[in-house]
Amino acid sequence: MGRIVCRISLLFLISISSFSVLAEKNLSGVWVGNYSEDFPDRLPGPELGDYGGLPLNDAVRLRAQSWSASLIALPEYQCRVHPSDYASSFANIRIWEERDPISEALIAIRIQHFAWQTRRTIWMDGREHPPEYAPHTSMGFSTGEWNGHQLKIKTTHLKEGWLRRNGVTRSDQATVTEYFIRHGDILTWTVIIDDPIYLEEPFIRNRDYIYSIDDQVGSYPCDPVVEMVRAPGYIPHHLPGTNTDMLIYSQRHDIPLEAAMGGPETMYPEYVERIREMPKPSELAE
Amino acid sequence: MNRLITRFLSLALLVTCSAVQAQQNFDAVEIRILPVRDNIFMLVGAGGNITVQTGAEGVLIIDTQYEQLSDKILAAIRTLSDKPLRYIINTHHHGDHIGGNVPLRAAGFTPVGGNVGGDIGDAGEGARILAHENVLLHMASDDNVSTDAWPTMTYFTEKRDIYFNGEGVRVLHQPNAHTDGDSIIYFRKSDVITTGDAYITSFYPFIDMSSGGTINGFIDAANAIIDLIIPEYGQDGGTLVIPGHGRLSDIGDVINWREMLTIVRDRILDMKERGMSLEEVLAEQPTRDYDPRWAGQGIFSTENFVTAVYMTLDQ
Repeated sequence: MGRIVCRISLLFLISISSFSVLAEKNLSGVWVGNYSEDFPDRLPGPELGDYGGLPLNDAVRLRAQSWSASLIALPEYQCRVHPSDYASSFANIRIWEERDPISEALIAIRIQHFAWQTRRTIWMDGREHPPEYAPHTSMGFSTGEWNGHQLKIKTTHLKEGWLRRNGVTRSDQATVTEYFIRHGDILTWTVIIDDPIYLEEPFIRNRDYIYSIDDQVGSYPCDPVVEMVRAPGYIPHHLPGTNTDMLIYSQRHDIPLEAAMGGPETMYPEYVERIREMPKPSELAE
Repeated sequence: MNRLITRFLSLALLVTCSAVQAQQNFDAVEIRILPVRDNIFMLVGAGGNITVQTGAEGVLIIDTQYEQLSDKILAAIRTLSDKPLRYIINTHHHGDHIGGNVPLRAAGFTPVGGNVGGDIGDAGEGARILAHENVLLHMASDDNVSTDAWPTMTYFTEKRDIYFNGEGVRVLHQPNAHTDGDSIIYFRKSDVITTGDAYITSFYPFIDMSSGGTINGFIDAANAIIDLIIPEYGQDGGTLVIPGHGRLSDIGDVINWREMLTIVRDRILDMKERGMSLEEVLAEQPTRDYDPRWAGQGIFSTENFVTAVYMTLDQ
């Protein structure tokens, strides 16, 4: 009787441990971006004055309207990398694991991104996030845990970055929650950004990747250079009320300016009905 | 009008600093150590950040926070080195950066000999205190500051160099930024810059007009810091920057800071050139996009910052 109980217990333990290991998906390999969604916003890049669908507050809207694309011609801005919460928008990634050589325990998951060759670490060993006075980086400090087959990541200590690369700032106080969900050869990467400084609501972005055995992640050199002679300390920007570039998207697509300027309501499907009631730029010009 | 505002702000600073110090429960303050690079450490407690450099020749520290914390600061330093405290550098004269000068100086020593004994009367009795000459002048004009806290070696030129613990340490004057006596300190081998309050990550800058601070001096200091920085690939890392208050930084944080200062300066300058009064500029809220991130209380408030920018634009 004792033996039978022992065997059943052992079987139970094995099944539990196997289940727990099986719940962790292996994400390692090269993944290629699937651009069937939001393509214009991702590779060509957003148009000037397109803040639609972003839950912006008034403060960051003014920052965006003050932004001049000429800023990124300054040498110290040229090679700034896409922050980890924006990088999912495009290009191949490579994922690999770092495991303890003896116990095979998962220490970290690493992700290398083609764009600017950024490397990020998701610590899986239960370590704490650093204190508030520790440095903020473009990748931030990330810890992860498996929720069933979902890898859940929490990221803090981000430098100021961008929600959209047309001047829409994401603050350095933001925290990010991500989910990596693998379904066979499809990887869904969900990014949820909480920014108490500049967002009225969390902003959620989904991107799909496809597993590839044929692709690699290329190198991405970047050397900042002086592209034009400017006065020392000159910072390109628009004074409030003077930026005509911010009208480009609205006018080109005949979308009401109010809708183009974003805000939490512009994220939801029912906003389409409100847009229909707004005068279009072409109607206002008549 | 200008004088009235300057006096008002000076009084506000005095009241705020005294109130902050009075309200501080120093018993609850813990001195935390952040390794920065090699033999450079950042100490965080109350008041300004402290930089510690250790090595075979002894210990060099930058700024001393508050007097009440000196035992804890010294204990923290002792976990990093058992060598004597040889140099204290003050980035400026404010109480949250020089408060511990007397006890920390007393805990150190200066070897006597060569021309050192001739330079300072009390050589051998404590660590040397290095600062810009204007720091000495401000401290000497304040009856509340003990003469023992005064700098024992000053400079009035653009820079002062010392070589300590195997690396060159360059002390660079930043005229009329936070005050008229600001120094930033560049550790050339470790590739670390300590800025004092010429750069902070916590709030809007406090432009101490009563001590010669100006917005253009602040921007010049930010540009000087950026000129010293060589970032790693991707603009993360490389030269590290220890701010007067807030988190350890690199070029990304400093260029964001400079961007904010410059854009706010340009906006207020434009308004002033269009004939707007200070009251009208304040009503226009020229910093409303930066306020959620940078506005603090008292001397770090939006009103104080905008007023100081407006008042010092021409300086």
